[in-house]
Amino acid sequence: MGDVFVLAEHRRGELREVTLEMLGKGRELAGQLGGQLKAVLLGHNVDAFARKLANQAHEVLVVEDKRLENFNAELYQKVLASLLTEKKPTLTLIGHTACGMDLAPSLAAELNLPLATDCIGFEFENGRLLAIRERYMGKLQSRVSFKGSEQYMATVRQAAFPIRELEPLSGQIVSVESPLTEEARRKKFIEYVEAAVGEVDITQAEIIVAVGRGIKEKENLAIVEKLAQVIGGVLAGSRPVIDAGWLPPDRQVGQSGKTVKPKLYIAVGISGSSQHLAGMKNSDTIVAINKDPHAPIFNVATYGIVDDLFKVVPALTEQLSSGS
Amino acid sequence: MDTVVCVKHVPETAEADLVIRADGRGIEEKNLTFDINEADNYALEEALLWKEKYGGSITVITVGPEDVNMTVRMCVAKGADRAIRLDDPKFAGSDSYAIAKILHAALKDMKFDVVLTGIQASDDGHGQVGPILAQMLGLPHAACVIQTEVLEEGKRARVHRELEGGLHEVVEIALPAVLTIQTGINEPRYASILGIRKATKKEIELSGMEALGLKEDEVGEAGSKTRLEELFPPPVGERAQILTGTPQETSAQLIGLLKDKGVI
Ligand SMILES: Cc1cc2nc3c(=O)[nH]c(=O)nc-3n(C[C@H](O)[C@H](O)[C@H](O)COP(=O)(O)OP(=O)(O)OC[C@H]3O[C@@H](n4cnc5c(N)ncnc54)[C@H](O)[C@@H]3O)c2cc1C
Ligand SMILES: Nc1ncnc2c1ncn2[C@@H]1O[C@H](COP(=O)(O)O)[C@@H](O)[C@H]1O
Repeated sequence: MGDVFVLAEHRRGELREVTLEMLGKGRELAGQLGGQLKAVLLGHNVDAFARKLANQAHEVLVVEDKRLENFNAELYQKVLASLLTEKKPTLTLIGHTACGMDLAPSLAAELNLPLATDCIGFEFENGRLLAIRERYMGKLQSRVSFKGSEQYMATVRQAAFPIRELEPLSGQIVSVESPLTEEARRKKFIEYVEAAVGEVDITQAEIIVAVGRGIKEKENLAIVEKLAQVIGGVLAGSRPVIDAGWLPPDRQVGQSGKTVKPKLYIAVGISGSSQHLAGMKNSDTIVAINKDPHAPIFNVATYGIVDDLFKVVPALTEQLSSGS
Repeated sequence: MDTVVCVKHVPETAEADLVIRADGRGIEEKNLTFDINEADNYALEEALLWKEKYGGSITVITVGPEDVNMTVRMCVAKGADRAIRLDDPKFAGSDSYAIAKILHAALKDMKFDVVLTGIQASDDGHGQVGPILAQMLGLPHAACVIQTEVLEEGKRARVHRELEGGLHEVVEIALPAVLTIQTGINEPRYASILGIRKATKKEIELSGMEALGLKEDEVGEAGSKTRLEELFPPPVGERAQILTGTPQETSAQLIGLLKDKGVI
């Protein structure tokens, strides 16, 4: 009782960072719940991962199966449903990633377990576990409780918890027999497709001017283009600008786009959703221009201007070009 | 292709000042404008594109009070054939699990090839309803779908799932299935004036708890597995240094600061 399970996520021969982030937090939670931290690893030829995980968990449960080589939610759900039913961990953590989003809700529903998704924190109140998660795209946060149950599940936001340098645990690696008896019947993994390589690599830029939905119309892009030009930067965008086709996909900054770390990142009319922040929050200097003083972008920005971008951007451009 | 599209009516909050309700568990909605959830609009467009290509029908379905008719009518104006609204005072406080349960009750005896939902609702950001609904219906699902192709006359679909960092994963899925649609998959159309006019007269089929064969403990807070205890403003961390003044003044200050730092 009181055990915390962390599902290891790996793709194309690499353990994904969210796994180590969850193990760090998971160790603390297991301590509070009075149980052990166990990493759950599904895959094919994953001994190296198992050894790495054993460093950060009391135990690593390994399900080795050729059919688990690539992530497949149908197969993962089968394996995990059987494992969680048998082992009954108090809390199971899965990354809030494209894999976790495909897997966790249906797994929880099958097992009749309460699930909180995209969690950024956990608290205990009189021994009761509460999950912290955002609402309204980060403008508010909430405390969420789990309905009377001995077992819970949560998906954990990527980069919400740091990878901690914790004392190694040298956990035991335990092999669990695969419960799979056949190939996936209804959902088949075919292949990975890489993003097309564009003409500009924004990850190499020293200065980025990024534009968001606040720009309102494609025609208005000219004003940020001008700013990018005079400041010697490249133009990038948040997802809605790319979705609308106003900028090509290789200019998208964020979780599903590029991760950038320029010397200077100027966010124009971008609210600062977690998915956008994931791609730029480690930039050296961040400037945010947004008319909403409560926009989450101001929580990561170095300097902020709370004003209409259609007034500020031209003024800034004008002063930069006359000053040089 | 007969498609069901689940749509949620959500408040537009990106530019709004949000006020937490007195009970701490919701926000004041009076001064907010509502619209179809962004991802659901892309889901509807995907269904419209299939209908144009393969024929068939589109049913839009929603769980929500009467104001939601506005969003449902807009879907009809764009080309949805049938509109269903599920509403009951007992549905209040439903979490994603209970919403999926309500949708399941309406869909379980219906014939369709695909159910589409948005990847996530912009208000609660759960990303749960689609895959839970699939589980309840006993159907396969794919989440985060950014490209679709129907194969073998609707027996299977080949879809791209969006992973992190611009990578896609191609999967083949047996139909009927539930797909959760990511924004950017297509270019949603606008409704025509004629469409809007026609939609005002469209009957929106309404069902409540009993008509759906649901019990009180299956819906609302009783049927939910999680409970939102309390909303609160995000903790203020190291906030930005906010520059004040006219645009000319703030620009000048900013340039000065960036020059001092040696950034420009
Ligand atoms: C799985 C997943 C992956 C995602 N990946 C990404 C990603 O990689 N990158 C990404 O960016 N998003 C991503 N998103 C989308 C993300 O959730 C947000 O929807 C998006 O980042 C919002 O973009 P935005 O800030 O431009 O728009 P909004 O959130 O709509 O914000 C617009 C901002 O402009 C401001 N504004 C409006 N008018 C003016 C004006 N005149 N002057 C000044 N300010 C103004 C508003 O106050 C508001 O803050 C992803 C979502 C999901 C579910
Ligand atoms: N009340 C609702 N009525 C109809 N569909 C909904 C409702 N709530 C959520 N959905 C669907 O489920 C998707 C994901 O919602 P969520 O799990 O709340 O993030 C949405 O994009 C909708 O397609």
